Amino acid sequence: MQFENVGLRYGQGEEVLSDLSFSLTSGEFYFVTGASGAGKTSLLKMLYLAQRPTRGAIHLFGTDVVTLPRARIPGFRRRIGVVFQDFRLVPHLSAADNIALPLRIAGVLEDEVRDAVSEMLAWVGLTNRADARPPTLSGGEQQRVAIARAVIGRPEILVADEPTGNVDEAMADRLLQLFASLNGLGTTLVIATHDLQLIARVRSAQMMRIDGGRLLDPTGMLRHPPGRQA
Amino acid sequence: MSKASTRVLDTARTGRGMVWVIAVMLFLTVLATAAGIGTARATQAVGVQLGGRATVQIAAADPATREAAAGEVASLLAGIPGVGGVRVVPRAEIAKLLGPWLGGDADDVDLPIPVLVDLTLSDAGTAGRVRGALAGVPGARLDLHSQALAPVRAFLGTMSMLATLLVAMMLGATAFVVVLAARAGLEAHRGTIEVMHMLGATDVQVARLFQRRLSLDAAMGSAVGGVIGLVTVALLGAQAGMLGSELLGTVTLGTGGWAALVVLPFAFVALAAAVARRTVVRSLGQMR
Repeated sequence: MQFENVGLRYGQGEEVLSDLSFSLTSGEFYFVTGASGAGKTSLLKMLYLAQRPTRGAIHLFGTDVVTLPRARIPGFRRRIGVVFQDFRLVPHLSAADNIALPLRIAGVLEDEVRDAVSEMLAWVGLTNRADARPPTLSGGEQQRVAIARAVIGRPEILVADEPTGNVDEAMADRLLQLFASLNGLGTTLVIATHDLQLIARVRSAQMMRIDGGRLLDPTGMLRHPPGRQA
Repeated sequence: MSKASTRVLDTARTGRGMVWVIAVMLFLTVLATAAGIGTARATQAVGVQLGGRATVQIAAADPATREAAAGEVASLLAGIPGVGGVRVVPRAEIAKLLGPWLGGDADDVDLPIPVLVDLTLSDAGTAGRVRGALAGVPGARLDLHSQALAPVRAFLGTMSMLATLLVAMMLGATAFVVVLAARAGLEAHRGTIEVMHMLGATDVQVARLFQRRLSLDAAMGSAVGGVIGLVTVALLGAQAGMLGSELLGTVTLGTGGWAALVVLPFAFVALAAAVARRTVVRSLGQMR
């Protein structure tokens, strides 16, 4: 993924993100950090193709996605897993059906869907809550369902916005291990978080810090700062 | 997407109001279609039955002159090419026809009732030749039945056109109801649709869910409206048949008409499916 002089403004307002130029290497683990309102979520929205930039170019999987026709976007989105900050679970579907949604959209056979969902439910420790609907789940449980839904399709890129914000430390560790194992399988991870302790626990991760809508140099806490250009 | 994906749309959010609207629409459409087909067939039947028939009326004060003229006219007409079925209507038959107005006096030999000669004409040109032949017969006049019944045919034709217009309006209104239902559904499920898009669903996949849902509603409504409509038409037909009216007797549906009525519910479902799909795809295309 490559950003070149990307800027983003909403409506006629000022740019919330300016002059973003960086590239993400396939299979790496990235944290995006910054103060509230710095533009982390806007950056992630562009990463998972929910928002087109107002200027600049974004290349994903070797394709310019800024000018991509609407009809071709779903194909790219299926290769990206997303954990939304507000989870965005479908409220009238069970936890299992929410997790199954990406596979059903992709047309996976129902037998395979069932097996994969069972595996994911066990992975996030929610086997006994498979039939529960999101409104009856705790914040942490909803977050785990959202994570399971994001990773069930084995995406090439996983984008997560504060994925450990609603879980206790033990579950945060468990989820981090989950992310690490996904990363080990080749998935590129981009995780936005305020949690510096979480960042410090992944020694191999790289960090991007957003401040005032601009990408700053890494804090120096991590060993591999992302490149400014490809 | 799989069958399990149909659960993605929450039925509790938008209800099943469209079922009853479609049921009412289809019921009215079945009635209008039946009326249209019935009157169209009646118009055709009246044309076929009466189109070539005519009557020569001979009015003369003297009964002997009338009777003589009748025989003369009958012989004259029988010799004209294209004229057939020449028959002098017996006085008793005429008296029976006039009975409702004249009572028992209709059969009075002193009553100067015109003599009637029935005949059939092969074409419009023959009518001209008959008129020419009758020009020399004092008191003789040709009445074409098609002319006499022209206002009735015009009325039936107007009714038929009105019924066709009603059916077209019903189909238009039904399509509009489906458009509104689809838009309301899209609005009610906006959050779910956004999630589906983010997970890689195409507009066509989302549209298919709505299409399936609205088609099911249309099918349920069509079943209810269709059954009630067909039963009503059958009962009306039976009631009309019991009246013994010759004109109402021509108002029938025939096998083709009944087949058209049976096809209507399926046409409604197909219309709902097509309109729902088009509406949803177009609306999604306008979303960011």
